[in-house]
Amino acid sequence: MKDNKQIWNFFASVKLALFTLCTLALTSIIGTIIPQHESYSFYVKRYGEGMANFFRILDIPDMYGSWWFLTLLGLLSANLIVCSIDRFPAVWKQIVADQSLLSVARIEKMPFTHTLDGLNSANSGQLESYLQKDGWKTQKNESGQGLIIAGQKGGWTRTGVYIVHASILIIFAGAIVGHFLGFKGSVMIPETKQTAKVYSSETQAPIDLGFEVRCDHFDIEFYDNGMVKEYTSRLTVLEDDKEVLVKDIEVNSPLKYKGITLYQASYEGYRDFIITLKDPATGAEKAFVAPFQQQVKWAEKDILLGVVNAEALRDRVVRMKVWFKAGDNAPATFWLEAQTESASADNGTGYNFSVKQMYATGLQVAKDPGVWLVYLGCFMMMTGLYFAFFMSHRRVWLVLNPDGKKGSLLIAGSTNKNKIGFEKFFSEFTGEITETLQ
Amino acid sequence: MDSSQLLGITTFTYLFSTLLYVGIFVFKTEKLGIAATVFTALALLIQTAGLALRWVESYQMGIGHAPLTNMYESVVFFAWTIVVLYLAIEWKFKTRVIGTFALPFAFLAMAYASFSTDINKAITPLVPALQSNWLIAHVVTCFIGYAAFAVAAGLGIMYLLKNRFPQETGNGSLLNTLPSLKVIDDIIHKTMVFGFIWLSAGIITGAIWANSAWGTYWSWDPKETWSLITWFLYAITLHARYTRGWGGTRIAWLAVFGFISVIFTYYGVNFLLSGLHSYGSN
Repeated sequence: MKDNKQIWNFFASVKLALFTLCTLALTSIIGTIIPQHESYSFYVKRYGEGMANFFRILDIPDMYGSWWFLTLLGLLSANLIVCSIDRFPAVWKQIVADQSLLSVARIEKMPFTHTLDGLNSANSGQLESYLQKDGWKTQKNESGQGLIIAGQKGGWTRTGVYIVHASILIIFAGAIVGHFLGFKGSVMIPETKQTAKVYSSETQAPIDLGFEVRCDHFDIEFYDNGMVKEYTSRLTVLEDDKEVLVKDIEVNSPLKYKGITLYQASYEGYRDFIITLKDPATGAEKAFVAPFQQQVKWAEKDILLGVVNAEALRDRVVRMKVWFKAGDNAPATFWLEAQTESASADNGTGYNFSVKQMYATGLQVAKDPGVWLVYLGCFMMMTGLYFAFFMSHRRVWLVLNPDGKKGSLLIAGSTNKNKIGFEKFFSEFTGEITETLQ
Repeated sequence: MDSSQLLGITTFTYLFSTLLYVGIFVFKTEKLGIAATVFTALALLIQTAGLALRWVESYQMGIGHAPLTNMYESVVFFAWTIVVLYLAIEWKFKTRVIGTFALPFAFLAMAYASFSTDINKAITPLVPALQSNWLIAHVVTCFIGYAAFAVAAGLGIMYLLKNRFPQETGNGSLLNTLPSLKVIDDIIHKTMVFGFIWLSAGIITGAIWANSAWGTYWSWDPKETWSLITWFLYAITLHARYTRGWGGTRIAWLAVFGFISVIFTYYGVNFLLSGLHSYGSN
């Protein structure tokens, strides 16, 4: 029994909190200096074999997910839980206690007191309604020592610290939910292609999305100085081959569908081209993927076409030469700028042409059913910090005829924080009480 | 008049402000006090105009964005928040000597921004990852926190100096002009609490932003990790004070150590470690 108490006290102690926080702060530095998630050979090359083995034993290459780091976080959680259970009841008592049951002797010893005399006509109803109008929660008690009216404001702000502690636990819970019920993955989808699988970032294992995603189009926009302005992918979500959602995604503007979010992350340029032909008469469109300098065939119209030459600026194709042959006619060739359309009247093929280099869009894919818990925790943390640091539990007492002194009123006050602010308030408060009684 | 001229002028006005505040401290002439305050407020106005103009200029270039996106802009904004916060403290606590220990940080930041050769001062367009409404929320919250910690560190140094030479009680002593140890201790604590709340908000806004851009609210990138280390440090400080009654010298030292961690989070990580937060390094 005594041992249990000792263990409990150990986990409830601030010493443990300080120790855990210090250890977490110090050990966290390791992972910012030693590169994480590299291969064993990387560490051997950089730190030598002995060190690399030592790192492996201590899980340094994945230190924030290592057994010892998670143990520290577990210790912090246990500390937070036990310490809160240990202290909260006393705090709760302070919040709900009937303040009017205090003895006059104790009220007289409050940090702020003021006495008014010669108030023979003062009545308690007047004082109580003044307090209530001013937003105080009042309690009243009459005893041989006098009539005590107690008022308090912001008692619940005493819970601030515990809200912050709980918020950290909720954030941890959110992280655990996300770890076990969610996934992080990525996938490269070439333009015009679709996929129902992405690949786990951790294990590279395929993960079934439960729907299909097609990349209709990928585009890079540039600023005048050559910097990238935006990566945009047009994605279509398909279920049972039916299109259910189309969205242009950008960095910072992902696509969400059935709890899974797809983020624009990277891209890859191919030596293939997408040639789009449009019949100006009917408006019908058809797109072909043509590898560089290879013919593709549109059998039903007896058409052969391809890209025979291309000019690139850095790794970006800006101009392409199209080759087109319909039936037994002589082939036509013409140059076309990226992102422009060649009208049928100009190229003499009977079709409007547009050609672009083919890309694959690189998507980061995440499912995190714990994220709302994390956000809830964050919100609670800010609220709790605000309560804990900027709001106080203020109490005032008005004692009419204390210890039988007729016509005397004892005004007392106390606060758990911000003594200076309370001092100013208290002098105004006594002034207003005096006025009320006149 | 363009923004770089205004911000260049700001560097010198903050130098002059610093000298005025040092003047109050050294010559103990309260008359200089009003001059120092007025001059600093004026310098702040010039800097505010400079920042606003830089914002306008970015729109004229067709790449409009808040001036908070690279090392130069962030250092300038850091100086701005320090001065705003200092003036607020001066107004609230009615003491000017603190300026002697706070204004130098603003001046040093501006001098570094203006004269360092490894900082690019040009207004550059935003890379896709930075094009988000979270940018302003994240940067502003973090820097209010950083500025508060800078002021707390300045006060910490003040405390340690005054505490180191307590026997010089004669009228000739410089340190007598400083507020009493108890008052300094109280302001250090309040400034740290203020900084802690804003740092928490900064980490949270960063996490939400990362989640909307990359699908991970926390990835143990060096910048994130260091911000957390800093957060731990101040959390330790607050717990030590509230539950173990730490105060005085210990807290003053922690204010200084905490700020070293802040500087490393803000500056060191960009240059010494690699990671996702590489935007700030040029």
